[in-house]
Amino acid sequence: MENLGLFFALAGAALSAGLAGCGSAVGVGIAGQAASGVVTQEPNMFSKVLVLQLLPGTQGIYGLLIAFITLTQIGIMGGSPDISLLKGLLYFAACFPMAIGGLISAIAQGKCSVAAIGLVAKRPDQFGKAMIFPAMVETYAILALLISILAIFGIQGLAL
Amino acid sequence: MESTYVDKKYVYAVAAIRSEELKLLNASFLDQLIQAKTADECMRILSEKGWGREDTKTPDEMLSAEREKTWETVTQFVPDRKVFDVFLLENDYNNLKAAIKESLMEFDYPGIYIKESTVPYETVRAAIKERDYEALPDDMQEIARTAHDTFLHTKDGQLCDLMVDKACLEAILKAGNASGNEFLKRYSELTVAGADIKIAVRAARAGKDKDFILSGLADCDTVEINALANAAVQGTDAVCSYLAATDYADAADRLKESPQAFECWCDDLIITGMRSELYNSFGLGPIAAYILARESEIKSVRIILSAKLNGFSEEIIRERVRETYV
Repeated sequence: MENLGLFFALAGAALSAGLAGCGSAVGVGIAGQAASGVVTQEPNMFSKVLVLQLLPGTQGIYGLLIAFITLTQIGIMGGSPDISLLKGLLYFAACFPMAIGGLISAIAQGKCSVAAIGLVAKRPDQFGKAMIFPAMVETYAILALLISILAIFGIQGLAL
Repeated sequence: MESTYVDKKYVYAVAAIRSEELKLLNASFLDQLIQAKTADECMRILSEKGWGREDTKTPDEMLSAEREKTWETVTQFVPDRKVFDVFLLENDYNNLKAAIKESLMEFDYPGIYIKESTVPYETVRAAIKERDYEALPDDMQEIARTAHDTFLHTKDGQLCDLMVDKACLEAILKAGNASGNEFLKRYSELTVAGADIKIAVRAARAGKDKDFILSGLADCDTVEINALANAAVQGTDAVCSYLAATDYADAADRLKESPQAFECWCDDLIITGMRSELYNSFGLGPIAAYILARESEIKSVRIILSAKLNGFSEEIIRERVRETYV
């Protein structure tokens, strides 16, 4: 039980990569279905709808980044993996914004991308505007990423 | 969870239909058709737009080719055509009316049947010809037997049509409610309410009695058929007063305007009610709205073509052309 701190820190990293990745998979998947529908009718729209499909994929990358930083900090990827229970719980809490924020924002962004793909299908000249709508959802994934990064680096300096 | 699943099930189809919507006729194109000098010129403009097939010669062939194309497009994306049965039921019952009438004719008229239907028209035709009503779907058997017997005994085509139309409306409402889809429910309710109002207005003008009117009205949530029938017996003004207190107050205004304006309102009722689907990216609604939009534009083109063939003025045509979806 003395390594319980390490367990919680690792669980935080795993949830961050796992949940944000799940959200991105759902978002990119649903946007991909819509993109396929448009390309079936208009093959020359491929490049435009591909960009919109990929937008919900970023949360998965952010989740991976948080997981990677956490693993480095706790010594799992080199160094000595020995941290207190309290520090482990703090790392777990630090990963939480990215895990939940990533999951929900990726699904919401996927749905928004589907609507934007519909917009591009009907008005190809409005691609720029269509991209802004799902991109707005990205703001909240970035905020979650920022808080998780600040918290993880903050914990590192604490003498606990 | 089920609605989320259903929504995601149609994401591909809705996106593909969005691209197809670009090919729908808009108000300015219909205006161009109305300004054409002859029906031939209209046919040429429509051919350039991609309407009809290579071997299309007559307006009827062009319109039926377009109807076939709609279903080809939709079934390409939604292979399970059963979800759209609610739209095809009207064609089933039209085929039933045609088969009943044809059974008393000396010759066969295969051209009067509509191919897009839930029951193949050959089945309906054979069932009426051989009086084998069990070959029809359960909901259709009783009305087919009653309407056929009534027509054989009375030779009253209007009464037969009224009976079959009522059964058709009831079947549409039942299918809409059974679908569990909000859009299809709304569609079936609007279809039945619109038809009831149309029947009541026509009966009021023709001075029909209450029993006759009630034999044509189908029950629905937004129209109280007994009150509507009572109003229809008293005349058009009483129908207007009744409608003013319902969800269909617009109908009263249009009815006061002119008979054509009212007929137009009846047809536009559904297309106006489904316009919100233009902004919806999920679910069955946008696909269903596309089918109805195609039906509506085919109806508008039919009105324009027959008006051109009969030499009507642009003004008269404009009053009769229906609203567009896009």
